[in-house]
Amino acid sequence: MGRVEGKVAFVTGAARGQGRSHAVRLAEEGADIIAVDLCAEVRGMGYPAATPDDLAETVGLVEALDRRIVATQADVRDYDALRQALDDGVAQLGRLDIVAANAGIGSLAYAAQDISDEIWQDMIDVNLTGVWHTTKAATSHLVSGGRGGAIVITSSAAGLKGYANIAHYSSAKHGLVGLMRTLAAELGPHNIRVTSIHPTQVATDMILNDSTYRLFVPDQENPTEDDFRAASQLMHMLPIPWVESVDISNALLFLASDEGRYITAVALPVDAGVTQH
Amino acid sequence: MGRVDGKVAFITGAARSQGRSHALRLAQEGADIIAVDLCDDVESVRDFYPGATAEDLTETVRQVEELDRRIVASQADVRDQTGLSQALADGVAQLGRVDIVCANAGIFTQGAADEIDESSWRDMMDVNLTGVWRTCKAAIPHLIEGGRGGSIIITSSGAGFKGTPNTAHYTSTKHAVVGLMRTLANELAPHFIRVNTVHPTAVDTIMIQNERTWGLFRPDLEHPTREDAADGFATLNALPIPWVEPVDISNAVLFLASDEARYITGVALPVDAGMSIK
Repeated sequence: MGRVEGKVAFVTGAARGQGRSHAVRLAEEGADIIAVDLCAEVRGMGYPAATPDDLAETVGLVEALDRRIVATQADVRDYDALRQALDDGVAQLGRLDIVAANAGIGSLAYAAQDISDEIWQDMIDVNLTGVWHTTKAATSHLVSGGRGGAIVITSSAAGLKGYANIAHYSSAKHGLVGLMRTLAAELGPHNIRVTSIHPTQVATDMILNDSTYRLFVPDQENPTEDDFRAASQLMHMLPIPWVESVDISNALLFLASDEGRYITAVALPVDAGVTQH
Repeated sequence: MGRVDGKVAFITGAARSQGRSHALRLAQEGADIIAVDLCDDVESVRDFYPGATAEDLTETVRQVEELDRRIVASQADVRDQTGLSQALADGVAQLGRVDIVCANAGIFTQGAADEIDESSWRDMMDVNLTGVWRTCKAAIPHLIEGGRGGSIIITSSGAGFKGTPNTAHYTSTKHAVVGLMRTLANELAPHFIRVNTVHPTAVDTIMIQNERTWGLFRPDLEHPTREDAADGFATLNALPIPWVEPVDISNAVLFLASDEARYITGVALPVDAGMSIK
Protein backbone atom coordinates (compact mmCIF):
# COMPACT_ATOMS: atom_id res chain seq x y z
CA MET A 1 0.00 0.00 0.00
CA GLY A 2 1.59 3.26 -1.11
CA ARG A 3 1.59 6.28 1.13
CA VAL A 4 -0.55 8.32 -1.33
CA GLU A 5 -2.35 5.36 -2.94
CA GLY A 6 -5.33 6.35 -5.05
CA LYS A 7 -4.70 10.08 -4.85
CA VAL A 8 -4.14 12.44 -7.77
CA ALA A 9 -1.41 15.10 -7.67
CA PHE A 10 -1.10 18.27 -9.75
CA VAL A 11 2.58 19.16 -10.27
CA THR A 12 3.71 22.37 -11.97
CA GLY A 13 7.19 22.59 -13.47
CA ALA A 14 7.10 18.82 -13.87
CA ALA A 15 9.37 18.45 -16.92
CA ARG A 16 12.60 18.06 -14.96
CA GLY A 17 14.43 18.93 -11.75
CA GLN A 18 12.40 18.88 -8.55
CA GLY A 19 9.06 18.75 -10.40
CA ARG A 20 9.95 15.52 -12.18
CA SER A 21 11.27 14.08 -8.93
CA HIS A 22 7.98 14.97 -7.19
CA ALA A 23 5.94 13.30 -9.93
CA VAL A 24 8.03 10.14 -9.78
CA ARG A 25 8.17 9.93 -5.96
CA LEU A 26 4.40 10.43 -5.60
CA ALA A 27 3.77 7.90 -8.37
CA GLU A 28 6.05 5.38 -6.60
CA GLU A 29 3.72 5.73 -3.60
CA GLY A 30 0.57 5.21 -5.64
CA ALA A 31 -0.55 8.61 -6.95
CA ASP A 32 -1.58 9.52 -10.48
CA ILE A 33 -0.17 12.76 -11.85
CA ILE A 34 -1.40 15.87 -13.63
CA ALA A 35 1.77 17.52 -14.95
CA VAL A 36 2.32 20.91 -16.51
CA ASP A 37 5.45 22.73 -17.61
CA LEU A 38 6.15 25.80 -19.69
CA CYS A 39 8.87 23.95 -21.63
CA ALA A 40 10.28 27.31 -22.73
CA GLU A 41 12.62 30.03 -21.53
CA VAL A 42 11.76 33.00 -19.31
CA ARG A 43 13.87 36.18 -19.60
CA GLY A 44 16.73 36.45 -17.14
CA MET A 45 16.69 32.82 -16.00
CA GLY A 46 20.42 32.45 -16.60
CA TYR A 47 20.21 28.78 -17.62
CA PRO A 48 18.49 26.75 -20.37
CA ALA A 49 14.80 26.01 -19.96
CA ALA A 50 13.11 22.60 -19.88
CA THR A 51 11.93 21.20 -23.22
CA PRO A 52 8.94 19.18 -24.46
CA ASP A 53 11.31 16.20 -24.57
CA ASP A 54 11.96 16.64 -20.84
CA LEU A 55 8.24 16.58 -20.13
CA ALA A 56 7.87 13.48 -22.32
CA GLU A 57 10.57 11.81 -20.23
CA THR A 58 8.66 12.57 -17.03
CA VAL A 59 5.61 10.95 -18.63
CA GLY A 60 7.65 7.86 -19.47
CA LEU A 61 9.06 7.59 -15.94
CA VAL A 62 5.61 7.81 -14.31
CA GLU A 63 4.08 5.35 -16.77
CA ALA A 64 6.94 2.93 -16.12
CA LEU A 65 5.65 2.85 -12.52
CA ASP A 66 2.21 1.80 -13.83
CA ARG A 67 0.65 5.08 -12.79
CA ARG A 68 -1.37 7.37 -15.04
CA ILE A 69 -0.20 10.85 -16.02
CA VAL A 70 -1.83 13.68 -17.97
CA ALA A 71 0.87 16.10 -19.13
CA THR A 72 0.36 19.48 -20.78
CA GLN A 73 2.54 22.38 -21.84
CA ALA A 74 1.14 25.30 -19.88
CA ASP A 75 2.42 28.56 -18.42
CA VAL A 76 1.65 29.36 -14.78
CA ARG A 77 1.43 33.02 -15.85
CA ASP A 78 -1.54 32.19 -18.11
CA TYR A 79 -4.38 31.42 -15.71
CA ASP A 80 -6.87 30.28 -18.34
CA ALA A 81 -4.45 27.81 -19.91
CA LEU A 82 -3.31 26.51 -16.54
CA ARG A 83 -6.91 26.08 -15.40
CA GLN A 84 -7.75 24.24 -18.64
CA ALA A 85 -4.80 21.88 -18.22
CA LEU A 86 -5.86 21.05 -14.68
CA ASP A 87 -9.55 20.68 -15.60
CA ASP A 88 -8.58 18.25 -18.37
CA GLY A 89 -6.43 16.25 -15.96
CA VAL A 90 -9.17 16.05 -13.34
CA ALA A 91 -11.67 15.02 -16.03
CA GLN A 92 -9.40 12.16 -17.09
CA LEU A 93 -8.14 11.05 -13.66
CA GLY A 94 -11.34 11.65 -11.73
CA ARG A 95 -10.18 13.69 -8.74
CA LEU A 96 -7.58 15.98 -7.21
CA ASP A 97 -5.96 15.61 -3.78
CA ILE A 98 -2.44 17.03 -3.87
CA VAL A 99 -1.06 20.22 -5.38
CA ALA A 100 2.69 20.68 -5.76
CA ALA A 101 3.15 24.34 -6.73
CA ASN A 102 6.73 23.80 -7.82
CA ALA A 103 7.24 25.78 -11.03
CA GLY A 104 9.79 28.53 -10.56
CA ILE A 105 12.79 30.23 -12.04
CA GLY A 106 16.18 31.24 -10.76
CA SER A 107 18.03 34.32 -11.89
CA LEU A 108 21.29 35.95 -12.73
CA ALA A 109 22.74 37.95 -9.85
CA TYR A 110 21.67 41.61 -9.71
CA ALA A 111 21.99 44.18 -6.96
CA ALA A 112 18.46 45.27 -6.07
CA GLN A 113 18.88 48.69 -7.70
CA ASP A 114 20.10 47.08 -10.94
CA ILE A 115 17.13 44.77 -11.50
CA SER A 116 15.25 45.92 -14.60
CA ASP A 117 11.48 46.27 -14.52
CA GLU A 118 11.18 43.34 -16.94
CA ILE A 119 13.37 41.00 -14.89
CA TRP A 120 11.53 41.99 -11.70
CA GLN A 121 8.13 41.49 -13.28
CA ASP A 122 8.92 38.12 -14.81
CA MET A 123 10.20 36.84 -11.47
CA ILE A 124 7.11 37.96 -9.58
CA ASP A 125 4.82 36.69 -12.37
CA VAL A 126 6.30 33.19 -12.36
CA ASN A 127 7.44 32.59 -8.78
CA LEU A 128 4.64 34.35 -6.90
CA THR A 129 1.64 35.03 -9.14
CA GLY A 130 2.16 31.66 -10.85
CA VAL A 131 1.75 29.91 -7.50
CA TRP A 132 -1.39 31.90 -6.75
CA HIS A 133 -2.74 30.90 -10.19
CA THR A 134 -1.91 27.27 -9.41
CA THR A 135 -3.76 27.31 -6.09
CA LYS A 136 -6.62 29.33 -7.58
CA ALA A 137 -7.11 26.75 -10.32
CA ALA A 138 -6.98 23.88 -7.82
CA THR A 139 -9.09 25.18 -4.94
CA SER A 140 -12.53 24.53 -6.44
CA HIS A 141 -11.53 20.98 -7.38
CA LEU A 142 -10.24 20.29 -3.87
CA VAL A 143 -13.28 21.81 -2.17
CA SER A 144 -15.81 20.09 -4.42
CA GLY A 145 -14.02 16.76 -3.93
CA GLY A 146 -15.02 16.97 -0.28
CA ARG A 147 -12.09 14.80 0.83
CA GLY A 148 -9.79 17.59 2.00
CA GLY A 149 -6.40 17.88 0.32
CA ALA A 150 -2.84 19.13 0.57
CA ILE A 151 -1.29 22.09 -1.20
CA VAL A 152 2.50 22.17 -0.92
CA ILE A 153 4.21 25.30 -2.19
CA THR A 154 7.88 25.27 -3.06
CA SER A 155 9.42 28.34 -1.51
CA SER A 156 13.14 28.47 -0.67
CA ALA A 157 15.58 29.11 2.15
CA ALA A 158 15.44 32.55 0.48
CA GLY A 159 11.79 32.62 1.59
CA LEU A 160 12.97 32.73 5.21
CA LYS A 161 16.18 34.78 5.01
CA GLY A 162 17.61 37.40 2.69
CA TYR A 163 20.42 36.61 0.26
CA ALA A 164 22.38 39.36 -1.50
CA ASN A 165 21.76 39.97 -5.21
CA ILE A 166 18.45 38.16 -5.63
CA ALA A 167 16.00 40.71 -4.22
CA HIS A 168 13.35 39.75 -6.77
CA TYR A 169 13.70 36.01 -6.07
CA SER A 170 13.81 36.46 -2.30
CA SER A 171 10.77 38.78 -2.41
CA ALA A 172 8.75 36.27 -4.41
CA LYS A 173 9.77 33.38 -2.15
CA HIS A 174 8.93 35.34 1.02
CA GLY A 175 5.62 36.30 -0.58
CA LEU A 176 4.74 32.63 -0.89
CA VAL A 177 4.86 32.23 2.90
CA GLY A 178 2.21 34.91 3.28
CA LEU A 179 0.12 33.27 0.57
CA MET A 180 0.56 29.87 2.23
CA ARG A 181 -0.51 31.11 5.66
CA THR A 182 -3.54 32.91 4.26
CA LEU A 183 -4.65 29.92 2.22
CA ALA A 184 -4.19 27.66 5.25
CA ALA A 185 -6.57 29.86 7.23
CA GLU A 186 -9.10 30.06 4.38
CA LEU A 187 -9.09 26.38 3.46
CA GLY A 188 -8.69 24.81 6.91
CA PRO A 189 -12.46 24.41 7.38
CA HIS A 190 -12.45 22.13 4.30
CA ASN A 191 -9.61 20.02 5.73
CA ILE A 192 -7.39 21.34 2.96
CA ARG A 193 -3.91 21.81 4.34
CA VAL A 194 -1.44 24.33 2.93
CA THR A 195 2.29 24.23 3.65
CA SER A 196 5.54 25.44 2.11
CA ILE A 197 8.92 23.74 1.69
CA HIS A 198 12.13 25.74 1.90
CA PRO A 199 15.04 24.00 0.16
CA THR A 200 18.62 25.10 0.23
CA GLN A 201 20.55 24.63 -3.02
CA VAL A 202 19.21 21.57 -4.87
CA ALA A 203 21.33 19.75 -7.45
CA THR A 204 19.30 20.71 -10.54
CA ASP A 205 19.89 22.71 -13.71
CA MET A 206 18.63 25.82 -11.88
CA ILE A 207 21.59 25.65 -9.52
CA LEU A 208 24.36 23.78 -11.31
CA ASN A 209 25.16 26.48 -13.87
CA ASP A 210 27.64 29.31 -14.32
CA SER A 211 25.16 32.04 -13.33
CA THR A 212 24.60 30.46 -9.92
CA TYR A 213 28.31 29.84 -9.45
CA ARG A 214 28.87 33.60 -9.93
CA LEU A 215 26.07 34.41 -7.48
CA PHE A 216 27.69 32.31 -4.77
CA VAL A 217 31.32 33.12 -5.61
CA PRO A 218 31.11 36.82 -6.50
CA ASP A 219 34.83 37.52 -6.06
CA GLN A 220 35.88 35.26 -8.94
CA GLU A 221 35.36 35.99 -12.62
CA ASN A 222 34.77 32.42 -13.76
CA PRO A 223 34.08 30.23 -10.71
CA THR A 224 33.94 26.48 -11.26
CA GLU A 225 31.59 23.87 -9.85
CA ASP A 226 34.24 23.10 -7.22
CA ASP A 227 34.40 26.76 -6.18
CA PHE A 228 30.61 26.77 -5.85
CA ARG A 229 30.67 23.49 -3.94
CA ALA A 230 33.02 24.93 -1.33
CA ALA A 231 31.12 28.22 -0.98
CA SER A 232 27.76 26.48 -0.78
CA GLN A 233 28.93 23.99 1.85
CA LEU A 234 30.17 26.81 4.09
CA MET A 235 26.60 28.09 4.32
CA HIS A 236 25.27 24.82 5.78
CA MET A 237 25.37 23.30 9.24
CA LEU A 238 25.61 19.81 7.78
CA PRO A 239 28.85 19.26 5.85
CA ILE A 240 27.24 19.01 2.39
CA PRO A 241 27.23 21.39 -0.59
CA TRP A 242 23.65 20.80 -1.74
CA VAL A 243 20.69 18.45 -1.39
CA GLU A 244 19.13 16.22 -4.05
CA SER A 245 15.69 16.65 -5.62
CA VAL A 246 14.48 13.48 -3.89
CA ASP A 247 15.06 15.09 -0.49
CA ILE A 248 12.50 17.74 -1.37
CA SER A 249 10.20 15.08 -2.79
CA ASN A 250 10.36 13.08 0.44
CA ALA A 251 9.32 16.15 2.44
CA LEU A 252 6.51 16.80 -0.06
CA LEU A 253 5.40 13.17 0.22
CA PHE A 254 5.25 13.38 4.01
CA LEU A 255 3.26 16.63 3.94
CA ALA A 256 0.94 15.39 1.17
CA SER A 257 0.25 12.00 2.75
CA ASP A 258 -2.23 11.26 5.52
CA GLU A 259 0.75 11.05 7.89
CA GLY A 260 0.71 14.85 7.71
CA ARG A 261 -3.08 15.06 8.11
CA TYR A 262 -2.95 17.69 10.87
CA ILE A 263 0.03 19.67 9.58
CA THR A 264 -0.99 22.98 8.03
CA ALA A 265 0.30 26.55 7.84
CA VAL A 266 3.84 25.19 8.26
CA ALA A 267 6.99 26.45 6.53
CA LEU A 268 9.28 23.38 6.47
CA PRO A 269 12.97 23.95 5.72
CA VAL A 270 14.87 21.17 3.93
CA ASP A 271 18.01 23.18 4.07
CA ALA A 272 20.90 21.40 5.84
CA GLY A 273 20.47 24.02 8.55
CA VAL A 274 21.20 27.07 6.39
CA THR A 275 18.47 29.25 7.93
CA GLN A 276 19.75 28.72 11.48
CA HIS A 277 23.46 28.61 10.77
CA MET B 1 11.99 -2.68 4.43
CA GLY B 2 11.02 -0.39 7.29
CA ARG B 3 11.77 3.30 7.18
CA VAL B 4 14.10 3.08 10.22
CA ASP B 5 15.19 -0.55 9.78
CA GLY B 6 18.12 -1.59 11.95
CA LYS B 7 18.24 1.64 13.94
CA VAL B 8 17.89 1.98 17.71
CA ALA B 9 15.77 4.73 19.29
CA PHE B 10 16.05 6.13 22.82
CA ILE B 11 12.68 7.39 24.05
CA THR B 12 11.98 9.20 27.32
CA GLY B 13 8.49 9.15 28.80
CA ALA B 14 7.84 5.88 26.99
CA ALA B 15 5.39 4.26 29.42
CA ARG B 16 2.23 5.65 27.80
CA SER B 17 0.69 8.27 25.48
CA GLN B 18 2.99 9.94 22.94
CA GLY B 19 6.10 8.16 24.21
CA ARG B 20 4.54 4.72 23.83
CA SER B 21 3.16 5.70 20.44
CA HIS B 22 6.64 6.76 19.29
CA ALA B 23 8.08 3.44 20.47
CA LEU B 24 5.44 1.47 18.57
CA ARG B 25 5.56 3.52 15.37
CA LEU B 26 9.36 3.35 15.20
CA ALA B 27 9.27 -0.37 16.01
CA GLN B 28 6.70 -0.92 13.24
CA GLU B 29 9.24 0.59 10.87
CA GLY B 30 12.08 -1.61 12.07
CA ALA B 31 13.74 0.11 15.04
CA ASP B 32 14.68 -1.40 18.39
CA ILE B 33 13.86 0.71 21.43
CA ILE B 34 15.55 1.94 24.60
CA ALA B 35 12.70 3.16 26.78
CA VAL B 36 12.73 5.10 30.03
CA ASP B 37 9.98 6.54 32.17
CA LEU B 38 9.72 7.90 35.69
CA CYS B 39 6.69 5.67 36.36
CA ASP B 40 5.72 7.85 39.27
CA ASP B 41 3.97 11.10 40.10
CA VAL B 42 5.85 14.38 39.96
CA GLU B 43 4.91 16.13 43.19
CA SER B 44 3.43 19.32 41.70
CA VAL B 45 1.58 17.43 38.95
CA ARG B 46 -0.28 15.04 41.24
CA ASP B 47 -3.31 17.28 41.62
CA PHE B 48 -3.71 17.59 37.84
CA TYR B 49 -3.33 14.03 36.55
CA PRO B 50 -1.62 10.82 37.72
CA GLY B 51 1.85 9.84 36.55
CA ALA B 52 2.49 6.74 34.47
CA THR B 53 3.05 3.45 36.30
CA ALA B 54 5.46 0.55 36.06
CA GLU B 55 2.56 -1.45 34.57
CA ASP B 56 2.25 1.15 31.79
CA LEU B 57 5.92 0.71 30.91
CA THR B 58 5.51 -3.07 30.94
CA GLU B 59 2.66 -2.69 28.48
CA THR B 60 4.89 -0.65 26.13
CA VAL B 61 7.46 -3.44 26.34
CA ARG B 62 4.83 -6.05 25.52
CA GLN B 63 3.53 -4.13 22.50
CA VAL B 64 7.01 -3.52 21.06
CA GLU B 65 7.96 -7.17 21.52
CA GLU B 66 4.73 -8.17 19.81
CA LEU B 67 6.14 -6.40 16.74
CA ASP B 68 9.22 -8.68 16.96
CA ARG B 69 11.46 -5.80 17.90
CA ARG B 70 13.74 -5.65 20.92
CA ILE B 71 13.24 -3.19 23.76
CA VAL B 72 15.27 -2.37 26.87
CA ALA B 73 13.07 -0.53 29.36
CA SER B 74 14.12 1.12 32.64
CA GLN B 75 12.51 3.26 35.27
CA ALA B 76 14.58 6.46 35.22
CA ASP B 77 14.05 10.13 35.98
CA VAL B 78 15.14 12.73 33.41
CA ARG B 79 16.06 14.92 36.43
CA ASP B 80 18.70 12.37 37.50
CA GLN B 81 21.64 12.49 35.07
CA THR B 82 23.38 9.47 36.54
CA GLY B 83 20.32 7.23 36.44
CA LEU B 84 19.32 8.43 32.96
CA SER B 85 22.79 8.01 31.48
CA GLN B 86 23.07 4.55 33.05
CA ALA B 87 19.73 3.46 31.58
CA LEU B 88 20.85 4.59 28.12
CA ALA B 89 24.29 3.00 28.49
CA ASP B 90 22.67 -0.31 29.45
CA GLY B 91 20.38 -0.09 26.44
CA VAL B 92 23.24 0.65 24.05
CA ALA B 93 25.25 -2.23 25.56
CA GLN B 94 22.37 -4.62 24.89
CA LEU B 95 21.17 -3.30 21.53
CA GLY B 96 24.55 -2.30 20.15
CA ARG B 97 23.93 1.29 19.07
CA VAL B 98 21.71 4.35 19.25
CA ASP B 99 20.62 6.42 16.24
CA ILE B 100 17.44 8.22 17.23
CA VAL B 101 16.66 10.19 20.37
CA CYS B 102 13.09 11.19 21.26
CA ALA B 103 13.24 13.67 24.14
CA ASN B 104 9.56 13.26 24.87
CA ALA B 105 9.19 13.13 28.66
CA GLY B 106 7.25 16.14 29.94
CA ILE B 107 4.65 17.43 32.34
CA PHE B 108 1.84 19.99 32.18
CA THR B 109 0.28 22.02 34.95
CA GLN B 110 -1.59 25.31 35.02
CA GLY B 111 -1.76 28.54 36.91
CA ALA B 112 -1.72 32.30 36.34
CA ALA B 113 1.89 33.51 36.16
CA ASP B 114 1.71 35.33 39.49
CA GLU B 115 0.11 32.35 41.23
CA ILE B 116 2.49 29.57 40.13
CA ASP B 117 4.30 28.44 43.26
CA GLU B 118 8.04 27.89 43.49
CA SER B 119 7.85 24.11 43.44
CA SER B 120 5.56 23.99 40.38
CA TRP B 121 7.88 26.35 38.52
CA ARG B 122 10.95 24.35 39.50
CA ASP B 123 9.46 20.95 38.62
CA MET B 124 8.47 22.31 35.22
CA MET B 125 11.97 23.65 34.51
CA ASP B 126 13.63 20.50 35.83
CA VAL B 127 11.54 18.06 33.79
CA ASN B 128 10.58 19.89 30.59
CA LEU B 129 13.79 21.83 29.96
CA THR B 130 16.67 20.48 32.01
CA GLY B 131 15.38 16.93 31.50
CA VAL B 132 15.64 17.42 27.73
CA TRP B 133 19.16 18.75 28.08
CA ARG B 134 20.06 15.74 30.26
CA THR B 135 18.58 13.39 27.67
CA CYS B 136 20.69 14.95 24.92
CA LYS B 137 23.75 15.06 27.16
CA ALA B 138 23.43 11.33 27.84
CA ALA B 139 22.96 10.50 24.16
CA ILE B 140 25.44 12.75 22.36
CA PRO B 141 28.61 10.75 23.18
CA HIS B 142 26.95 7.53 21.94
CA LEU B 143 25.78 9.22 18.73
CA ILE B 144 29.19 10.73 18.01
CA GLU B 145 31.01 7.52 18.83
CA GLY B 146 28.67 5.57 16.54
CA GLY B 147 30.00 7.62 13.64
CA ARG B 148 26.81 7.12 11.62
CA GLY B 149 25.18 10.49 12.36
CA GLY B 150 21.81 10.47 14.07
CA SER B 151 18.58 12.30 14.72
CA ILE B 152 17.46 13.99 17.94
CA ILE B 153 13.79 14.95 18.09
CA ILE B 154 12.71 17.15 20.98
CA THR B 155 9.02 17.38 21.79
CA SER B 156 8.16 21.03 22.24
CA SER B 157 4.57 22.29 21.83
CA GLY B 158 2.34 24.82 20.10
CA ALA B 159 3.21 26.68 23.30
CA GLY B 160 6.80 26.69 22.00
CA PHE B 161 5.72 29.38 19.49
CA LYS B 162 2.79 31.09 21.14
CA GLY B 163 1.99 32.30 24.60
CA THR B 164 -1.12 30.74 26.09
CA PRO B 165 -2.71 31.98 29.32
CA ASN B 166 -2.15 30.12 32.58
CA THR B 167 0.94 28.25 31.38
CA ALA B 168 3.85 30.68 31.93
CA HIS B 169 6.10 27.94 33.28
CA TYR B 170 5.13 25.38 30.63
CA THR B 171 5.35 27.94 27.80
CA SER B 172 8.75 29.12 29.01
CA THR B 173 10.18 25.60 28.91
CA LYS B 174 8.67 24.80 25.53
CA HIS B 175 10.14 28.00 24.04
CA ALA B 176 13.46 27.24 25.71
CA VAL B 177 13.88 23.84 24.09
CA VAL B 178 13.76 25.60 20.71
CA GLY B 179 16.87 27.51 21.70
CA LEU B 180 18.46 24.30 22.90
CA MET B 181 17.56 22.57 19.63
CA ARG B 182 19.01 25.34 17.44
CA THR B 183 22.24 25.38 19.43
CA LEU B 184 22.61 21.59 19.36
CA ALA B 185 21.86 21.53 15.62
CA ASN B 186 24.83 23.82 15.05
CA GLU B 187 27.11 21.95 17.43
CA LEU B 188 26.34 18.46 16.15
CA ALA B 189 25.95 19.02 12.40
CA PRO B 190 29.62 18.29 11.66
CA HIS B 191 28.86 14.76 12.93
CA PHE B 192 25.73 14.50 10.71
CA ILE B 193 23.64 14.47 13.87
CA ARG B 194 20.42 16.35 13.15
CA VAL B 195 18.38 18.07 15.85
CA ASN B 196 14.77 19.20 15.41
CA THR B 197 11.67 19.96 17.47
CA VAL B 198 8.05 18.93 16.96
CA HIS B 199 5.29 21.24 18.13
CA PRO B 200 1.97 19.49 18.77
CA THR B 201 -1.31 21.23 19.40
CA ALA B 202 -3.43 19.47 22.05
CA VAL B 203 -2.89 15.69 21.83
CA ASP B 204 -5.55 13.25 22.99
CA THR B 205 -3.72 11.97 26.09
CA ILE B 206 -4.25 12.19 29.84
CA MET B 207 -2.03 15.28 29.96
CA ILE B 208 -4.90 17.32 28.51
CA GLN B 209 -7.79 14.93 29.07
CA ASN B 210 -8.24 15.70 32.75
CA GLU B 211 -10.76 17.73 34.68
CA ARG B 212 -8.37 20.57 35.52
CA THR B 213 -7.51 21.12 31.85
CA TRP B 214 -11.12 20.78 30.70
CA GLY B 215 -11.89 23.45 33.28
CA LEU B 216 -9.60 25.93 31.47
CA PHE B 217 -12.11 25.85 28.62
CA ARG B 218 -15.23 25.55 30.77
CA PRO B 219 -14.64 27.59 33.92
CA ASP B 220 -18.44 27.85 34.17
CA LEU B 221 -18.81 24.14 35.00
CA GLU B 222 -17.98 22.52 38.32
CA HIS B 223 -17.17 19.13 36.77
CA PRO B 224 -16.51 19.64 33.05
CA THR B 225 -16.10 16.60 30.79
CA ARG B 226 -14.07 15.78 27.68
CA GLU B 227 -17.14 16.55 25.59
CA ASP B 228 -17.69 19.89 27.33
CA ALA B 229 -14.13 20.96 26.50
CA ALA B 230 -13.98 19.75 22.88
CA ASP B 231 -15.42 22.91 21.30
CA GLY B 232 -13.01 25.02 23.33
CA PHE B 233 -10.04 22.97 22.19
CA ALA B 234 -11.24 23.28 18.57
CA THR B 235 -11.02 27.08 18.76
CA LEU B 236 -7.23 26.69 19.09
CA ASN B 237 -6.93 25.06 15.66
CA ALA B 238 -7.39 26.17 12.04
CA LEU B 239 -8.47 22.68 10.99
CA PRO B 240 -11.92 21.77 12.36
CA ILE B 241 -10.70 19.31 15.03
CA PRO B 242 -10.35 19.58 18.82
CA TRP B 243 -7.09 17.64 19.18
CA VAL B 244 -4.74 15.33 17.31
CA GLU B 245 -3.82 11.71 18.10
CA PRO B 246 -0.46 10.52 19.47
CA VAL B 247 0.23 8.72 16.16
CA ASP B 248 0.21 12.06 14.33
CA ILE B 249 3.17 13.18 16.41
CA SER B 250 4.80 9.78 15.96
CA ASN B 251 4.49 10.06 12.17
CA ALA B 252 6.30 13.39 12.27
CA VAL B 253 8.95 11.90 14.59
CA LEU B 254 9.33 8.95 12.21
CA PHE B 255 9.81 11.27 9.23
CA LEU B 256 12.42 13.36 11.03
CA ALA B 257 14.17 10.24 12.36
CA SER B 258 14.33 8.51 8.99
CA ASP B 259 16.81 8.98 6.18
CA GLU B 260 14.05 10.69 4.18
CA ALA B 261 14.85 13.75 6.31
CA ARG B 262 18.62 13.30 6.07
CA TYR B 263 19.20 17.00 5.37
CA ILE B 264 16.59 18.47 7.73
CA THR B 265 18.13 20.00 10.85
CA GLY B 266 17.54 23.06 13.02
CA VAL B 267 13.82 22.90 12.21
CA ALA B 268 10.84 23.53 14.48
CA LEU B 269 8.04 21.45 12.93
CA PRO B 270 4.46 22.19 14.04
CA VAL B 271 1.96 19.31 14.07
CA ASP B 272 -0.67 21.68 15.26
CA ALA B 273 -3.72 21.74 12.96
CA GLY B 274 -2.83 25.34 12.14
CA MET B 275 -2.73 26.58 15.77
CA SER B 276 0.19 28.85 14.83
CA ILE B 277 -2.00 31.03 12.54
CA LYS B 278 -4.97 31.28 14.90
